[in-house]
Amino acid sequence: MPPPTLSVHDLACARGDRLLFKAMNFSVKAGELLLVQGGNGQGKTSLLRLLTGLSRPEAGEVRWRGEAIQKQRDAYHAEMMYLGHANGVKDDLNPVENLRFAEGLQGRAFDKARATALLERLGLGRCLDLPCRVLSFGQRRRVALAALLLAGARLWILDEPLTGLDVHAVALMEGLIRDHLAGGGLVVATTHQALNLEGLPVQRLLVGHVAIPELA
Amino acid sequence: MHRFLLAVLRRDLTLAARRRGDWLIAQFFFVMVASLFPLGVGPEPAMLARIGPGVLWVAATLASLLSLSRLFADDHRDGSLEHMILSPEPTVLLVLGKSLAHWLIYGIPLLLIAPVLGLQFNLPWDAILVLEFSLLLGTPILSLLGGVGAALTLGLRGGGVLLTLLILPLYVPALIFGAGAVDGVMAGTGAEAHLSLLGAFLVLSLMIAPWIAAAALRVSME
Repeated sequence: MPPPTLSVHDLACARGDRLLFKAMNFSVKAGELLLVQGGNGQGKTSLLRLLTGLSRPEAGEVRWRGEAIQKQRDAYHAEMMYLGHANGVKDDLNPVENLRFAEGLQGRAFDKARATALLERLGLGRCLDLPCRVLSFGQRRRVALAALLLAGARLWILDEPLTGLDVHAVALMEGLIRDHLAGGGLVVATTHQALNLEGLPVQRLLVGHVAIPELA
Repeated sequence: MHRFLLAVLRRDLTLAARRRGDWLIAQFFFVMVASLFPLGVGPEPAMLARIGPGVLWVAATLASLLSLSRLFADDHRDGSLEHMILSPEPTVLLVLGKSLAHWLIYGIPLLLIAPVLGLQFNLPWDAILVLEFSLLLGTPILSLLGGVGAALTLGLRGGGVLLTLLILPLYVPALIFGAGAVDGVMAGTGAEAHLSLLGAFLVLSLMIAPWIAAAALRVSME
């Protein structure tokens, strides 16, 4: 199997009549983090949705392991996890049930001990049997992160993963990204918050025309 | 593959069990609509038996529509639909699982209530039996075709009304054959022809609707 590389070739994206970007090229290799930057409405989320295959590009293509993702949908989805603005967490289910169904929907068996351990590691140990409806925004975000970790995918596509997280959770997230990259994973993320990424192989990609001050 | 289908089913059934009010509304609606007719057209037993099959079928159709607009909308709102579509499993299976869950949650209770309402319309027992059988074949059609409409109107403003306009014409064959079967047995011409056609329509919907709905879902998600 070719090495796990996510690459983008002459990608163009339009929303309605407006061209957000065109002729975009980059490639992310195993162990690398791509930080997508740009102001609001410049097309960061649109780019991430193109990378997941949820939407189709105006021109160009996205390749995983050297082949267009549309041609290998199932294999690509098995190796990729996407965390969008919405958490994908069901309010009526408790965190453990949420993870159970998240795993089932990925077509995998559920390992309850591992799921519980992950939730505890993410600081949700006291909320395991509460419906997610009563959890705070940040706690629900943590449940979504637990689902991401449990899936064990090679490629993470994270849209503003730090929104709503407190300082401890942000530090935890930095650690998780480090571990993931050290384990040969790939991360594509957008964020407006400062991340401590010292020593990590980070590529920065500016989407749109508005330059923003360098993040830490 | 079967694990995915089971997960979709179990998930939707669990969610329905947590929010009983949602599915009870559709059942109450069914009872109310069917009960309004005797009040409106008068209590004449012969007349009620005459319009009964048609009224019950129309009420069942409308009750299923009431719940369909939320088939994908709730999952769309909280982002879990994206996760399901990004699953390595085919989207067709997702649609099939959700339609099946919809039928179990909304169709089966209709089947349980229908005989009581049949009595209210003075239908003879053999007609009630055929009514049950026609609903057994017909309500899955409503869930399957409804999935197409729900996927097409996902995320649109006023999607509920549009869904009704889109889907009601597609329900017409099921309505005609379903109510026709009950009429047939009451007129003494037998119900087999209508029921066979209804069964054929069910098989056709089962083969085609999930694929169209899956394609529509992908378009709606863009």
